Amino acid sequence: MISHETIEKNIGLLIVLTILVVSVGGLVQIIPLFFQTSMTQPVAGLTPYTPLQLSGRDIYIREGCVGCHSQMVRPFRAETERYGHYSVAGEFVYDRPFLWGSKRTGPDLHRVGGRYSDDWHYAHLMNPRDVVPESNMPAYPWLDRPLNDTAIQAKLRRLNLVGHGYTEEQIAAAPAELAGKTEMDALIAYLQSLGTHAPKN
Amino acid sequence: MSDFTHGFWPIYISVITLVSIVGTWIFLKTHTTRRLAPGEKPELIEHTWDEDLQDFNNPLPRWWLGLFYGTLVFALAYLVLWPGLGNFQGLLKWTQLGEYEAEVKAAEAKFQPVYARFMQQDIATVAANDEARAIGHNLFLTYCSQCHGSDAAGARGYPNLTDHDWLYGGDPDTIKATIADGRSGVMPALGDALGADGTKAVAHYVLSLSGRQHDAALAAVGKPKFEENCAACHMPDGTGMQAMGAPNLTDKVWLYGGSEAAIIESIAKGRNGVMPGMAQTLGTTSNKDAKLHLLAAYVYGLSQRKQ
Repeated sequence: MISHETIEKNIGLLIVLTILVVSVGGLVQIIPLFFQTSMTQPVAGLTPYTPLQLSGRDIYIREGCVGCHSQMVRPFRAETERYGHYSVAGEFVYDRPFLWGSKRTGPDLHRVGGRYSDDWHYAHLMNPRDVVPESNMPAYPWLDRPLNDTAIQAKLRRLNLVGHGYTEEQIAAAPAELAGKTEMDALIAYLQSLGTHAPKN
Repeated sequence: MSDFTHGFWPIYISVITLVSIVGTWIFLKTHTTRRLAPGEKPELIEHTWDEDLQDFNNPLPRWWLGLFYGTLVFALAYLVLWPGLGNFQGLLKWTQLGEYEAEVKAAEAKFQPVYARFMQQDIATVAANDEARAIGHNLFLTYCSQCHGSDAAGARGYPNLTDHDWLYGGDPDTIKATIADGRSGVMPALGDALGADGTKAVAHYVLSLSGRQHDAALAAVGKPKFEENCAACHMPDGTGMQAMGAPNLTDKVWLYGGSEAAIIESIAKGRNGVMPGMAQTLGTTSNKDAKLHLLAAYVYGLSQRKQ
């Protein structure tokens, strides 16, 4: 056995042993996830975000929505009664990065897709208290301005590197799809896509 | 947890986990200085720092060692009882899903007797029951108040549920269908077809239908245009059609406002009223049918109150 003194006086060995100790958790808890089908395969019907939804997702990130809204319905009855089916891993395979969040100042948003109309979202984002008088959510009126996502094609190509599989036609058509849209349109398109492929039962 | 792409992974997890636990145990065992005999001096570590600083190789306190071995025993016991070692399910057969389903089952057992009573009654009977109304009110606040308001009086674009005016019909079955499957009320934009003058004329004819202040000459111009463009859904007399969700234009209820400007906007730009279907949102437990029933009864009851 290596003696206390050998380790203490040999900084290289100390580093190697330290890394070995702290990596055990990652080796057994993280790495195997890459080799589990329930983690890596999309749920039935799930497709990568459309360019408009993707732009909206970036606005969701920019505005810090994740600071107050989680996107993770946990398998507790209190949550499934309120939001719908609990979230499963296969619903998030095209989420880079994940926006699970950990704080719920507002409600969870993973099942918000289809729950309200587009008009409701517009009114709600312009001023939440117009539709929910008790709401303490800030208003986001500046979102009603032209969407200027010049990097959309680069984003799609970058996501293709990790297997999102956008075709050349889709990439070529992306700027046209965003033309004339507002940031609000994009954000609403993203919100309406959330959680719409829940397991049906 | 049994969905690994290769049989190697469960073994990989188990081996690293067990080796690290056993390895820690051995390492600790071999590096623990034995307990000192009474009066025995601990070994002096050889090097001297800053001229005269030296330290003893004292044994670790026994309570601390005990705690450390305790965590190792705990880890092994955990791995025997709960899932952790690859595909091994643990002796308790615990799963996250199993715990969730047990929770749901317990709630169903608790609430089903309450719900079962109401499920046997028709919606009109349920609507008259105070207990059902209290449950329905809670459901309404959870699922409906965001659009229809906590008092159910609606807002611009979101129908008032407490009046007697129904876009799609206010009988119990229709209300239930509306809640479960949603509605999509599309009024096409007619601004281009009618032109600015035509739109204004039709707006004045629409104002005249409910006896509001209007320009009679403009209304007369608008009447044939209304019959040509609007009557298919709103009917020639303007009383609307519930099958289409086309509003009655002869009453005093205005979903998007009854001013001249609001009516012109409705005609010119069209309207797109969406009530989302709540079937999925009402949850995935077997209580969802009862929730729909109670919610429909509550909404039905709102419109039955004396005004």
